[in-house]
Amino acid sequence: MRKILVKGTAKGTVLKTEMPINFLGTVDKKTGIVSDKNHDLFGKSIKDSILVFPSGVGSSVGAYTIYSIKSNNAAPLAMICRKADLTVATGCALANIPLAIVSEKEFLSFQNGQRISVDTESEDMISIIG
Amino acid sequence: MELTREEESALKGEQGEIMQMAYRILVATGEATDAEKLIPIEWAHLSGVNYNTIGDAGEEFLSGISRDAKVKVKTTLNPMGFDIDNVSDYNLDANFISKQLSIRNSYEKIGVTPSFSCIPYEIFDIPKDGTQVAFAESNAAIHANSYDNLKTNKESAFSALASALTGKSPYSSLRKDDSSNITIRMKVDNPNELTYGMLGFFAGKVGDISVNISGLKKMDNRQCKAMCGGMGTSGTCAKFLFGEGGPDSEKVDFDEKEMQNVYGELNTAEKGDIITLGSPQLGLDEISDLTSKLKGRSFKKRCMIFTPRTVKDQAKKIGYVNELERAGCEILSDCCTCLTPLINKNDVDSVTTNSIKGAFYLKNSNGVDVNLKSLSQIIEDETR
Repeated sequence: MRKILVKGTAKGTVLKTEMPINFLGTVDKKTGIVSDKNHDLFGKSIKDSILVFPSGVGSSVGAYTIYSIKSNNAAPLAMICRKADLTVATGCALANIPLAIVSEKEFLSFQNGQRISVDTESEDMISIIG
Repeated sequence: MELTREEESALKGEQGEIMQMAYRILVATGEATDAEKLIPIEWAHLSGVNYNTIGDAGEEFLSGISRDAKVKVKTTLNPMGFDIDNVSDYNLDANFISKQLSIRNSYEKIGVTPSFSCIPYEIFDIPKDGTQVAFAESNAAIHANSYDNLKTNKESAFSALASALTGKSPYSSLRKDDSSNITIRMKVDNPNELTYGMLGFFAGKVGDISVNISGLKKMDNRQCKAMCGGMGTSGTCAKFLFGEGGPDSEKVDFDEKEMQNVYGELNTAEKGDIITLGSPQLGLDEISDLTSKLKGRSFKKRCMIFTPRTVKDQAKKIGYVNELERAGCEILSDCCTCLTPLINKNDVDSVTTNSIKGAFYLKNSNGVDVNLKSLSQIIEDETR
């Protein structure tokens, strides 16, 4: 079962974490690099990735951070979450980043480094291309 | 979610970029909350005003949309970072002030009433029962749903803005359902506003969308506000239903032990260097009550009081402001304890307050310790 919250298309490489992301204060607005030492994406940039993570957490102002990284060309190409939250949903909507919610099973199937294609208007919506 | 032909056209960009952005936000919010359609709202209340929280990206975004955007319904605004009348008394840098004023200008340009208040339900007339609104400020959304017979989602900063620009909001569960499968039984005797704040904080952690609350006695305005502020801080819940709930609802007790757990989580100091009152901001009845409690007394340390500008103006006319200033209070309008840049950990180690919401943000965002006390205790301990 998939749900599309923000439509769009993207092709890119999966960057996956099992940890929720608090965009406000833990993702650098200019570079997209995760600055939270306790996060398993610490030191990695989310720029130009297909970011796969459980959900956003924390302040609703985090939506402004998502908008900000997009304005600075440091945003993911698309996001895929297990659970919908309004911070990520409205942040992606404003920044025009495709956002899909997927089932637990499908979430588990994504692997770091996989090449995938997201096209919310196509029949498959999300497909592995390599 | 089903859209009308006109809504579809806006989403495709046929009514301009601003409308396209607003509808994209509404559709994402609607899909995230399983709404089947958009419905008209009559009043939007926006958060995302304080430069301390939205930063440069927010300032630039608002400045950008303010060239073309106009709100379609009555729209009011949360507090900003300072009170322009006395900002020079506080150590705030020039960049903060100019960015904050730019944010203010942008909101005014798009037609928002610059109310700078987190208690719209106290300073504006409440529309008739059942009116659909879109309130982003969490304590205001909870107050509107629970006490004012209005209906709102717990909006995000962007979803409320999108509702202001379109006059619409997703028809999510908070707008239609009036039931909850969780009931919190209030078991603490002789509660004051601090107790109700902790009850709200506890309820926000236990509930998801709404909670039933049983065992409440008659509450005054200060206590109601404290409960809404507490709940908005800890979770996603946005409505109290007063009563026992159905027979199937899960029962959870709020007793002395649970209260001590919340107190232990938020109270981190034995005493405060300064006192703050107001988060949510104080209304006129609270200012009046405080004035009479302070008759013949004055604070031994700094006491900051946060209130909307309209309330401060009324309080000035009645003479309360004079009385409070004589008692050593600093009265600030347009801003609030919550996320204030005026309390800085370089100058202040700890703050005494009766606000659970204030305590949470002072601790987590300002990085200062908090000493929690009820107002009557504060007056007993901190005045002479």
